[in-house]
Amino acid sequence: MQEGRILTATEVNRDLLRSILDTPRWFWPVVMALGLVVLAAAIVIGVMINRGLGITNLNRPVVWGFFITNFVFWIGISHAGVMLSAILRLAKAEWRRPATRAAEVLTIFSLMTAMTMPIIHTGRPWRIMYWAFPYDFARGIWPNIRTPLIWDPSAILTYLTSSSLFVLIALIPDFAVLRDRTTGISHQVYSMLSLGWQGNPRQWKLQIISGVLLSALILPVFVSVHSIVSWDFGMAMAVKSWHSTIFAPYFVVGAVHSGVSAVAFVLILLRKAYGWQAYIRHEHIDALGRLLVVVATGWFYFFSMEVIFGIYGREADEIAVRTLQFIQWPVSAWTMVFVITTYFIPVSIWLSRYCRRNLWIMSFACISVNIGMWLERFLIIVPGLANRQVFTFSWNMYSPSIPEIIIISATFALVAMFMLLFSRAIPLVPLYDIKEGDILKTEIQIGRRAVPAVYRED
Amino acid sequence: MVTNRIDHTWGMVVDLDRCTGCQACVVACQAENNLAINEKSAFLEKRALEWIRIERYWEGEYPNVKARFIPIMCQHCSNAPCEPVCPVFATYRNDGGLNVQVYNRCIGARYCINNCPYQVRFFNFWHPTWPASFENYLNPDVTVRTRGITEKCTFCVQRLRRGELEVERRAGGRLNDQNMAERNYMPACVQACPTNALTFGDHLDPDTKIRPYFDDVHAHDIHHEQERTTRSYLLLEELATAPNVIYLKKVEPYPIGENEHNG
Repeated sequence: MQEGRILTATEVNRDLLRSILDTPRWFWPVVMALGLVVLAAAIVIGVMINRGLGITNLNRPVVWGFFITNFVFWIGISHAGVMLSAILRLAKAEWRRPATRAAEVLTIFSLMTAMTMPIIHTGRPWRIMYWAFPYDFARGIWPNIRTPLIWDPSAILTYLTSSSLFVLIALIPDFAVLRDRTTGISHQVYSMLSLGWQGNPRQWKLQIISGVLLSALILPVFVSVHSIVSWDFGMAMAVKSWHSTIFAPYFVVGAVHSGVSAVAFVLILLRKAYGWQAYIRHEHIDALGRLLVVVATGWFYFFSMEVIFGIYGREADEIAVRTLQFIQWPVSAWTMVFVITTYFIPVSIWLSRYCRRNLWIMSFACISVNIGMWLERFLIIVPGLANRQVFTFSWNMYSPSIPEIIIISATFALVAMFMLLFSRAIPLVPLYDIKEGDILKTEIQIGRRAVPAVYRED
Repeated sequence: MVTNRIDHTWGMVVDLDRCTGCQACVVACQAENNLAINEKSAFLEKRALEWIRIERYWEGEYPNVKARFIPIMCQHCSNAPCEPVCPVFATYRNDGGLNVQVYNRCIGARYCINNCPYQVRFFNFWHPTWPASFENYLNPDVTVRTRGITEKCTFCVQRLRRGELEVERRAGGRLNDQNMAERNYMPACVQACPTNALTFGDHLDPDTKIRPYFDDVHAHDIHHEQERTTRSYLLLEELATAPNVIYLKKVEPYPIGENEHNG
């Protein structure tokens, strides 16, 4: 049963629109600071496009490094949106309500950020048209559909389109509320976005049907996007530790793990920043923690299977990569950090009810997961490429250069900046969803028994 | 002009018994194919471009050590792992059985570099530069690559094309092993090798010197039980990339351990 008292619609509107209708004092300084980091990275990217990829520390054979790691990481974060809103909506988990919007918006921005990574990492990024978009009529050469690098943009753009639609449909009633409370240009924009929403029963019915339909339709995309990203590695037959069939489920579960942790952290931040204590309550964070115990353990199963299958084959090349990952200094130290921060620290925290309900400890656990998951991608990609294989003349390791570190940090700033800016334009906790949840919670007395006041048919 | 050109399948045989590790092939390749000069910094950054490289391995314990050399260049695999992963078809298998790289199409995604088990693909991290005095030495038949693209051994496709054109024009026939021997239409590394360790030819042509080795490899592939009749082997044959470069094992007259006094 849910905790907290039932709020009136007036209270919900007042509290949740606070982020839009008045600006907190810290808002613009924080956005400016994040913007400066993004600007620095934009300059670095400009230099990189102008001078060449030499300013990174990539080398032969480690030609994929921080950029691809970061790409996989952000694609992983984007999986939280569907997990929380579509799957939990279909599973009728009531506690999802305040988390859905933030998760979906995080999905969109992390996908957009992720998409920049493979583009700037190519040697000639201005040729994106010949690659991601198959419109190369002039030369008569179409993209090679056998490569995962073509499946990637298709999957990611499909995911971006469908999750944007998902957000927009869920936003229509909230846009209407905003339309009624704003004036001037923003009023006109919100009126356009709310598509003539009056809140009549037919509109509600259509909105709910399309939401449920999209939830169901988005599920295959959810599974396929990170599977396809994992096939970037799984299909590479020359890199022994990548060439594995377990990668697709392993990556999908890992993505949900890091993504839901990130959403929990974002929710804690929103609660602090906008004073939404009555909406994002301890019970929600608690529920996310309990979900994460399951997800993390599933992830840990796949992680161990991946290693065990690798060693089980006893191929010299595979053993060499595992030796590099688990035994050789300094990579082995990073592996230790990664396993502990991804699984052992957070899960031991999430097992305790006290810790799940302490926001500081929860934030720590969620950040720990994401540090670990970032390292996980790094430790899959780089030691695999370090090529401890037959041709010893190609052995090499990789460490990032300063430009790469700047660009990577800027992706975090970029997502945070977009999230903040959007919190000014749309309510990051869905108004109508909270109201609906409260209505469903309302009980009436019939004789001695308390029964739900509303019965929901779907 | 495109009369008989499609009938080739170019291949190379590398006799490791003859290779002395002198690096003449490396230098010849560097000069022929407009490769930027590998300075010390290029090797320290691990970004040196060597379309053919001599890998040197030491065998035995000091003082009984022997150096082993193996020249490694693009194997021009018939079943190349680099080809299906290129999003823009910048690398494909052409009519002559060559695995070619189209510089104009390349976007520099570097997936092919990852997926090459022989590690013979190279990425231009910087724009290649030469000292001013070297610029007149650049081979006009070979594209000077820009930064941001992948490049690799072409079996000196420019020499093969020139050979085909010359032979077609003068003799009216097609390029074969005999014509090649006469006119030296062969890759620069083959031409430069002082010990004739490298042999180049068209293994569809029954008269070439490389034909017996290719016949042997095709007849007794790795899944067959019987031994090969020649010293042929393929690099990483278990990956089934079907390379068009055959290596001949070194025959060791004085193996380490048997003749301790020999060292």
